[in-house]
Amino acid sequence: MTNFKVPVWGYWLMGIGLAAFIGLLIAYIRKNRGFRRPIFASPYVLWIIVFTVIPCLLVAYFSFTDPQGNFTLDNFKTFWDSNYATRQSLGPDALKMYEDMGLSLEDLGLGRSSININTLVFSLWMAFLCTAICLLLGYPAAHIMADREFRLGPTLVILFVVPMWMNFLLRTIALMSLMEDSGLINSILEWVGIGRQKLLNNTAAVQVGMIYNFLPFMVFPIYNVLNKMDYKLSEAAMDLGCDKWHVFYKVTLPLSVPGVVSGITMVFMPAVTTFYISRLLGGGKIQLFGDLIESKFLSTSLNEWNVGSALSLIMMILILLSLGLLNKVDPEGEGGGMV
Amino acid sequence: MMKFIKRFYLGLILAFLYIPIVVLIVQSFNAGKSRAKWEGFSFRWYGELFHDPNIMNALVITLAIALLAAIFSTIIGTLAAIGIHAMKKRPQHLMLTLNNIPMTMPDIVTGISLMLLFIFTQVERGFVTMLLAHITFDVPYVILSVMPKLKQMNKHSYEAALDLGATPVYALTHVILPEVMPGVITGAMLAFTLSLDDFTISYFTTNPLVQNLSTLIYSQARKGIKPTMNALSALMFVALLALLLVVNKRSAKEEA
Repeated sequence: MTNFKVPVWGYWLMGIGLAAFIGLLIAYIRKNRGFRRPIFASPYVLWIIVFTVIPCLLVAYFSFTDPQGNFTLDNFKTFWDSNYATRQSLGPDALKMYEDMGLSLEDLGLGRSSININTLVFSLWMAFLCTAICLLLGYPAAHIMADREFRLGPTLVILFVVPMWMNFLLRTIALMSLMEDSGLINSILEWVGIGRQKLLNNTAAVQVGMIYNFLPFMVFPIYNVLNKMDYKLSEAAMDLGCDKWHVFYKVTLPLSVPGVVSGITMVFMPAVTTFYISRLLGGGKIQLFGDLIESKFLSTSLNEWNVGSALSLIMMILILLSLGLLNKVDPEGEGGGMV
Repeated sequence: MMKFIKRFYLGLILAFLYIPIVVLIVQSFNAGKSRAKWEGFSFRWYGELFHDPNIMNALVITLAIALLAAIFSTIIGTLAAIGIHAMKKRPQHLMLTLNNIPMTMPDIVTGISLMLLFIFTQVERGFVTMLLAHITFDVPYVILSVMPKLKQMNKHSYEAALDLGATPVYALTHVILPEVMPGVITGAMLAFTLSLDDFTISYFTTNPLVQNLSTLIYSQARKGIKPTMNALSALMFVALLALLLVVNKRSAKEEA
């Protein structure tokens, strides 16, 4: 990407944008006849435009252009059929020549290939599985801690909060070192008499890594909602003759939906986009959508970067969709994932 | 019986979360290279750690970036929080939504979009770009730390100061800032911690020659974990844990 050239309109846009910002600022100050507090936010407004809004637009720009900056849909066609770009670069003449020679595109490995789509589907499946397992493991844990009679609950929650903020890479490495061929788990297995197993570099290892990293994100929002819930409601249900299980699935469970939804989003999104968990625990053999995107940007070929942008855009849209869905179910943000 | 099962279950989950970290820390004190056999307690790997120029270099970069990012994001974020707090409903809502974008977007997308920005503007990726990226993801958290303090404040004290003849900057430094200071400090610490902690965004916004500890650990771990990496990870775990506990305690106190 060293020979990338900024298009002329790029410079114009940057200049016009800066001028417009300063103009608006001056207009605002004049209109309010003096200095008002919202002005204090202006450096951040500029910062957000330059470092959040424009980068997002650039992802869209790169995904709809070729390395020369011309509009194209080829990047998305490559997402659909990963051999599309190769066939394009060979040109129709060469392809026709091969056909005349009696070689089909499939024989040459140039036929339609849905590797990119399969990777996305596989990623979605892994993330779905991870979310489901986290929910099954995490809900009971949150429920136990939110029990009013369990005095240690609020203290133990901190043990779930801390990993949410802690470097995922380091935690993944800790898990990796535990699961390595010469790691502790294998030594124990050998000592017990089961013998050493290959624990790393397979799908299960990646899945365990994902659950390990993202489980706290499921537990915390559910705990939050359960903890704030009015316990008198379940007591009332008991008084009115509900047994324990009915109280749970008629009262507690429906009331905890916002927390569950928040937890699902907070697990699913990072699980779909991760790349180092699969790289470290899958040994490069398991490719998730995040790995695919990363590999596109590691490449030195200009075209690959455009394809990578298209893949990122697809991912961004997927995430926006799931966020929109979340807002529908939990408009107040009750689940509150933040500490 | 039920009570025992519940506690046992919770114990299992916590064990799953913490055993890898504890084992890693214990191993970092192992005298031998083996991951399974205990060959005695030693600081050998910590000693080697501090003699590795790559690691020391990455440590300096990490601390410099975290410190600078914390300072800049605290200044920008505190000012922004004060401004946003005083805004009318609609622009306030817009700003808070925009503020949420970097926090909700997956790191890989933030990283890639910033990388594309630096490529588009032909800024060579390195220390400065990594710093800019860190400020970008730090500011929203500073704003979130300062906001509650502003809401607790008397609405009219700023105007009162202006009516009594204070300039806006004087009112800012002598009326607003002292009141929101605890939130500002929490925000600064949070920014420092997040910056120390970040891997993905740094990975995409720097070049291979300017590495922070996380990107260095990643590039080394891909080739297999060396004992010095255990020692380094253990140190980072302890440092981050301490910082996080302090930040958590502070923010819990402020919201109460």
